Amino acid sequence: MSEATGTGPGGDGQQGLAGDPARRRWMGVLARASAAEIAARLDGLPPLPAHRRLRAPETGLVMLRGRQGGDGQPFNLGEMTVTRCSVTLPDGATGHAYVAGRDRRQAELAAVLDALLQDPARRPALLAAVIEPLAEAQAARAARQAARAAATRVQFFTMATMR
Amino acid sequence: MAYVAVKGGERAIEAAHAWLAEARRGEPAVPELGVDQVEEQLGLAVDRVMAEGACYDRGLAALAIKQARGDLIEAAFLLRAYRTTLPRFVAGAPLDTGAMRIRRRISATYKDLPGGQVLGPTFDYTHRLLDFALAAEGEAPPPPPEAPAEAERMPRVTGILAQEGLMQPEARGEAPAEAEPPDLTREPLAFPAARPLRLQSLARGDEGFLLALGYSTQRGYGNAHPFVGEIRMGEVAVEITPPELGFPIEIGEVTLTECQMVNQFAGSKTEPPQFTRGYGLTFGHAERKAMAMALVDRALRARELGEEATAPAESEEFVLYHCDNVEATGFVEHLKLPHYVDFQSELEKIRQLRATALREAAE
Repeated sequence: MSEATGTGPGGDGQQGLAGDPARRRWMGVLARASAAEIAARLDGLPPLPAHRRLRAPETGLVMLRGRQGGDGQPFNLGEMTVTRCSVTLPDGATGHAYVAGRDRRQAELAAVLDALLQDPARRPALLAAVIEPLAEAQAARAARQAARAAATRVQFFTMATMR
Repeated sequence: MAYVAVKGGERAIEAAHAWLAEARRGEPAVPELGVDQVEEQLGLAVDRVMAEGACYDRGLAALAIKQARGDLIEAAFLLRAYRTTLPRFVAGAPLDTGAMRIRRRISATYKDLPGGQVLGPTFDYTHRLLDFALAAEGEAPPPPPEAPAEAERMPRVTGILAQEGLMQPEARGEAPAEAEPPDLTREPLAFPAARPLRLQSLARGDEGFLLALGYSTQRGYGNAHPFVGEIRMGEVAVEITPPELGFPIEIGEVTLTECQMVNQFAGSKTEPPQFTRGYGLTFGHAERKAMAMALVDRALRARELGEEATAPAESEEFVLYHCDNVEATGFVEHLKLPHYVDFQSELEKIRQLRATALREAAE
């Protein structure tokens, strides 16, 4: 994209996980979790390995787009804040994060976890302890909203005909 | 020359700002308002400031509202100013409002439609009587009722009409417009403005101005026969493709309100009579704004649809040059700045004219 302010470090072209649905999923789950929620899931796990910042947490903007008529040509709707971070682990693994909002700690935790989760040896434990519980909490929040919406759904009934 | 008099104002300005800070805080015996309280309890003000400030960030909008003492146009101004300090990383993929997680969805054109009429948290059907219970600090209200949610899809009403061929399809555009729609934050407005540019301008436009213009089209200043095909409000995932990753990822969710106005169209030489869309899309829960935007969007399509365009709401330049409240407030309020030298010349001119007129009357 021409909008990008320089290409970031640690391109993932050579890694087998580029575009992997599992990786896209954990990145999406971490993006929706607050720093406190992520930290709470890390409590009780072995401490995270030391990491080096390839790109320190940095807040910027993403231009959001809609489509005219909902399904036509795109238009620029307005921007939103986003924070990104890239890290590398001692074993050379790189992790990236882009999360909506301005929470630098969330972005850094998400980047470290992204790097760790790419290691097949560490992945199952981290998925079970961090990603799945966060995903479940997010799904539960969405389900509660859906249940509340369902309670406000109008149930039309036909009035008895007046004679 | 004009600035000579401005210099002496420094101390007065400092004193004025100190007083402003105290006035903002109000009576110290009353607890201070937290930004989180604004965010949570004045959520629709936050939504409006995000929309007109053209920047989605609830916390920043709440801070701006507190700083502006509740002046929402001043708050939008603050948010716009802050936004200019941030780099833009990338543009998102077009938001898929069809996949919205619905909190509210109503249609005025079909009673029974797949997914049904979902009222959501609405002011509609309230009696608009002041609730004095809110003036007393009370307990939190009980949680609202829940019902089993069906996994039924919520197709767009415009899609239902399109299946019958009765709804004009939206242009999908060629490759460049698909990848890079025009952006008025990068390029100044130019006319004629393409519809994507108009929609960007309306999306950040002043709600009051658009409401009045939309209203004017209903009252006869324009050729509107609108129906609310659908209004939907809820959460939509935001997806971007960071250059260093090269694949799309979700970075969070935004709350959006979308309005599809269904309007008659008499047809033209190339197109049979059918319905056309007026489209409104805004940040947050902002139904009035989305409806007003949809009315004005349709009015601005008059020319492209070969209709007569004579009403104010149908004039692209009139609408787009005046709908931005940050620009409007800047130009109106600049009249407060010193115009001493300008005015001196006006004074001299009017004295001369009066002298001439009085002399001629005396002769």
